[in-house]
Amino acid sequence: MTLDSKIPEGKLEDKWRNYQVKSQLINPANKKKLNIIIVGSGLSGAGAASTLAELGYDVKCFCYQDSARRAHSVAAQGGINAAKNYQHDGDSVYRMFYDTLKGGDFRSREANTYRLAELSAPLIDHFVQQGVPFAREYGGTLVNRSFGGVQVQRTFYARGQTGQQLLLAAYSQLYKMVRAKKVEMFPRSEMLDLVVIDGKAKGIIVRDLVTGKLKRFAADAVVLATGGYSRVFRLSTLAIGCNGSALWKAHKKGALFGAPSFTQIHPTALPQSSEAQSKLTLMSESLRNDGRIWVPKQKGDSRKANDIPEEERDYYLERRYPSFGNLAPRDIASRAAKERIDAGFGVGRLKNAVYLDFRHAIEKFGLETIKDRYGNLFTMYKKITGIDAYKEPMQISPAAHFSMGGLWVDYELMTTIPGLYAVGECNFSDHGANRLGANSLLQASVDGYFILPNTINNYLASEIKTDHPTTDHLEFEKAEKETKAHIERILAINGTKTVDHFHRKLGKVMWQECAMSRNKSGLEKAITQIKTIRDQFWSDVKVTGHDKEMNTELEKALRLADFIELGILMCTDALEREESCGAHFREEYQTEDGEAVRVDKDYSYVSAWEYDNGDFKLHKETLEFEFVKPSVRSYK
Amino acid sequence: MRVTFKIWRQEGPDDKGVIRAYEVDGLSEDMSFLEALDHLNELLVLKNEKVVAFEYDCREGICGQCGVFINGRAHGPHDNITTCQLHMRSFNDGDTIIVEPWRAASFPVIKDLVVDRSSLDRIIEHGAFISAKTGTAPEANAIPIPKDVSDRAMDAAACIGCGACVATCKNSSAALFTSAKINHLNTLPQGKAEEHKRVAEMTFQMEIEGFGSCTFTGACEVECPEGISIINIAEMNARVVKSKLLR
Repeated sequence: MTLDSKIPEGKLEDKWRNYQVKSQLINPANKKKLNIIIVGSGLSGAGAASTLAELGYDVKCFCYQDSARRAHSVAAQGGINAAKNYQHDGDSVYRMFYDTLKGGDFRSREANTYRLAELSAPLIDHFVQQGVPFAREYGGTLVNRSFGGVQVQRTFYARGQTGQQLLLAAYSQLYKMVRAKKVEMFPRSEMLDLVVIDGKAKGIIVRDLVTGKLKRFAADAVVLATGGYSRVFRLSTLAIGCNGSALWKAHKKGALFGAPSFTQIHPTALPQSSEAQSKLTLMSESLRNDGRIWVPKQKGDSRKANDIPEEERDYYLERRYPSFGNLAPRDIASRAAKERIDAGFGVGRLKNAVYLDFRHAIEKFGLETIKDRYGNLFTMYKKITGIDAYKEPMQISPAAHFSMGGLWVDYELMTTIPGLYAVGECNFSDHGANRLGANSLLQASVDGYFILPNTINNYLASEIKTDHPTTDHLEFEKAEKETKAHIERILAINGTKTVDHFHRKLGKVMWQECAMSRNKSGLEKAITQIKTIRDQFWSDVKVTGHDKEMNTELEKALRLADFIELGILMCTDALEREESCGAHFREEYQTEDGEAVRVDKDYSYVSAWEYDNGDFKLHKETLEFEFVKPSVRSYK
Repeated sequence: MRVTFKIWRQEGPDDKGVIRAYEVDGLSEDMSFLEALDHLNELLVLKNEKVVAFEYDCREGICGQCGVFINGRAHGPHDNITTCQLHMRSFNDGDTIIVEPWRAASFPVIKDLVVDRSSLDRIIEHGAFISAKTGTAPEANAIPIPKDVSDRAMDAAACIGCGACVATCKNSSAALFTSAKINHLNTLPQGKAEEHKRVAEMTFQMEIEGFGSCTFTGACEVECPEGISIINIAEMNARVVKSKLLR
């Protein structure tokens, strides 16, 4: 299989325009005849659904939550990047493109990354128009702050609730189109299979989570906007319901999976406190604008943080990376924390955390300013831990967060199955091996609002002439039957262990061997272990209740069955890539002082895996760097 | 730590429902309240019983999906938090904890502690948006919005749509929810064009959905996880008549 990324010709800054000029159009009368299914109602899903509906398509949008407004985009805190250069600090589209490409350690396409930066400025205009209450100066202009991996201020924000505000704007627009009867919304509905007819994506099988009924939906194109899969680690910053099942079903039906092992570990989450914990709450990266990260210089120091004098504190990020300091990118900040914790300098009850300290910021700017900037984050911290972070430093720890990997897509965001698109976090496109802070909301929005509505025509133009699919087609019959059998098989096991028991086991293996640092023997061992967990799951899991009712245990079991298989692929991918790049750190490939060593001559490609009857076959999309020469990524 | 949960169990919308008691041991103070329910569910599975259906997603207080009545209060014993932010350290060893779903005619019970809040989505559907199509936006800094105006809009916009305001209100009124959304959009210059239409249609839909009237007791403000002020309700009420004249 040759992977055609369909990058348009021309200079970097002309490519998107060149694409738009040449792509096919569909007249409004014909758009009405075309149906599009969108799975997911987050920023990318709701953005795409409302915009496609405005253009005249008939849209059906599905989400597993009780309302579209719950989608996990809601939880993004710190902000959204845009190359507006409002701060007059030398920002530009090119600089943002370069920061993003470098941030991803040169493992993404130039053309995609440039387009992301190019469309960032109009996106801010768009969200302001929709009523997002971004932070403002007294005079009324928009404010910016910094995020990791950059030296300009290009992040727009709405307190510590930027994701919520953007999502609510998208949700509002979605319901505007529901009212216009152009979008039909299906909450509490989970996609359990993709239907492919004659090689093209033509529909989905959905489980109604209230009645348990399996339903068939046909369409001329299917868009997945299902978010990230870091819940494979079980403990993560993600919502509990986030899952990789839609991606996995698509993968099994022929969509290649791009760079599955590229997952980001976020440096500033709340540390794990017990086995029973279900979630690691994120503390926004924006806190690193003013907070300073440190550990005691003395190993196992048992004094309280405020009793440790200044000269006995090791501000290790400032020490190791003087030019970026506390705003080093996430992969680097996480590894540096892990290094200190592993070396015995960790703090907190379980010695698994580092301090994030605001004392200097409060002294310098005053309590009120810090409250205005991060008030809700401090409140959240106090609600969860009971600690007042205005008085003593926060304790933070790395946690599984974002998946850069996802379904492989071309420049049009189409997967290797014609008619199947992937937008937002569920695709592999713009972030390479590491995503910069505040680029996630950006990518999700740009994919949904601006890119997909321009590229989907190119495929649908030819679909007008073909017959519209109907749900009585044999392939629908087959997919529904298989889904039903899969559910019955799980319910029939009636073993002795809970679903969470297996998820905890999977999470431990993944966190140990496939998270912040990886090595050959560990990954090989992990694959064997996960296969054992898979076999045990299928012989010993216990799910009570039945399938014709709301059954949250069954939902969890179905998701975990897919996570287990995905875990094997992630380890396979990490094993294959014998280099360190971005979030993928192979212990065998590092400098003497612990920095990543990239091997461009052998690994300058995107790995794209084909599902092959339980095994995986590697395809490669070579990354051509036409405009930028990949350099050693340094933040020192 | 050991507690007794007394939990509302109801198979489906047509089932009568009953409170059942469950003794749960092996809890720790650091566990969140929802993790304690997770723990209970694992025990139930091992005893071959059906799990308690309850709602959650983000578990960090922002998605608004979780929400139950705990010992007679929406989201539990503290003011202004979500159920997922409640921890077992707020209870004592040996406590009995009564857990019930949101009670409101507009939130019918689906199963156990899960209720249907789609009535709130339908209020949003009736005007909680700015009618502008993707691709038509002017430059973001073209209209300056003073910080205090933007901050006021943000205060109202923070609503997470959990429904605690409705559940705690003796009239099951959705006035805080509806007024917060109205004031978020009506405060901003972008939302002015449709301000009267928005107030008229959203408040009308609120009545259609069967939510009660507001008698301004302020109970909602105490339970709202975002601390949204009842001033929003006063502003909405002041605009309702005007909106009917000017829409």
